[in-house]
Amino acid sequence: MRFLLLILPFLFFGKALGDDAIPASLTGAKGDPQRGRAIVANRQVGLCLLCHSGPFPEERFQGNLAPDLRSAARLTEGELRLRLVDPARANPQTIMPAYYRTEGLTRVAPSLRGKSILTAEQIEDVVAYLVTLK
Amino acid sequence: MLCMSLQAGEIPLGERRSGYEFMGRDTRAMQDDDSTNPALFWLMDGETLWKRKDGVAACSSCHETMKGVAARYPKVAGGRAVNLEQQINACRSERQKAAPLAYESRELLALTAYVARQSRGMPIEAGWNERTEAGRALFTRRQGQLNLACTQCHDDNWGKQLSGTTIPQAHPTGYPIYRLEWQDMGSLQRRLRNCMIGVRAEPYPYGSAELVDLELYLMWRARGMKLETPAVRP
Repeated sequence: MRFLLLILPFLFFGKALGDDAIPASLTGAKGDPQRGRAIVANRQVGLCLLCHSGPFPEERFQGNLAPDLRSAARLTEGELRLRLVDPARANPQTIMPAYYRTEGLTRVAPSLRGKSILTAEQIEDVVAYLVTLK
Repeated sequence: MLCMSLQAGEIPLGERRSGYEFMGRDTRAMQDDDSTNPALFWLMDGETLWKRKDGVAACSSCHETMKGVAARYPKVAGGRAVNLEQQINACRSERQKAAPLAYESRELLALTAYVARQSRGMPIEAGWNERTEAGRALFTRRQGQLNLACTQCHDDNWGKQLSGTTIPQAHPTGYPIYRLEWQDMGSLQRRLRNCMIGVRAEPYPYGSAELVDLELYLMWRARGMKLETPAVRP
C-alpha cells in the first residue's frame, strides 16, 4: 500500500509525460554519485554487476545478461529512475527486478518482506551515478 | 498430448546440454576419473551401508541390482511424487524397521549416490502427469524479492554470464553431486534451495511436495539425457 501511495503520483505524471519516465526525485533531493557508484559495484546491495557490465576496471567478473551500463547514456534522469523503480513499464519482457517494489511478489524471504531491494535514497544515488556515464 | 507440446521458452530437445558441457577441462576430468572424483568416498560409504544390516535387514537382503532405478525417479504414486531419497527412507521404515535418515546426512547422500551410480550412462525416463504440471508451474513462476522464475535464467538465458558463472540449463543429470563450491556432496533439493535463496525467496523445506514436484519436472525436461551420477559441479 505504501508503495502504491508513493508510486501513484509518478504513474499519473508518467502518463502525462509519455509513460517512460519518473522526472521527480523519490526523496525530493539529489542523490550522491559517489555513493551510487559503490551501490552499483556491490554485489550484495545493488546486484547490478551480476547481470550488467560497466566501467568498473577493478571488478573482475561482470555479467552479460543485460546491456552494458554505459548504454544508460542515451537515457534521461527520469527515464533511468523509471527503469530502476519499475523496469517492466519501459519493457514488459525485461527480467530486471523492480528495485522499489514491495507488493505483488511471491514467497519473499521472511526477513525481506515489505522491503524494496533499494531504498528511495539509494535509488537516487544510483540515478545520480548513472547520469555521470554520459 | 497438448501438455506435451513445446511451451514458449522451453529448450528444444536437440539443444539440451548437461551442466558437464559448461565446465572447464579440469572439472570434467575430475568427474570422469573415478579415482579423482571426490564422490568416491560417499560411494564407498554407500556400499558399506547397503550391505550392513540395519533394523531387521540390509538393503542387499532384498535387492540385487539397482541398475536403472534412479533414471525413473521421482515416481508418482497415490497422487504424490516420491524421490529417490524418500523411497530409500520409506524402505527403511516399512521393510527394514530402521529409522529414516535425515536429508543431506552423509548416510542418505551415500546410499542415494550408491544407488544412482548404478544407472550411470542410462537415459532418464520420465512421463508427464499432474505432478509434472505442478512442477512446471513452480519452474515458471516468478518468486522472491528479485522476482525471478527458474525459466528466465535456465530456459531463456542459459550460456550467458551471471557474474563470473555461466548459467547452465539446469538438467539434474548427476545428482547427488559433489559441488566444489560446497566442498561437499549435496542433493538436488539442496541445489534448488540455493537458487531460491539466490533470488531472495523463502526456500521450500527439504522433502516438501513442491521440491519433489520440481525435481519431477526437471527430470521430464531432461528425459532421454544420460545420468552421470556422481557428477562434479563447480
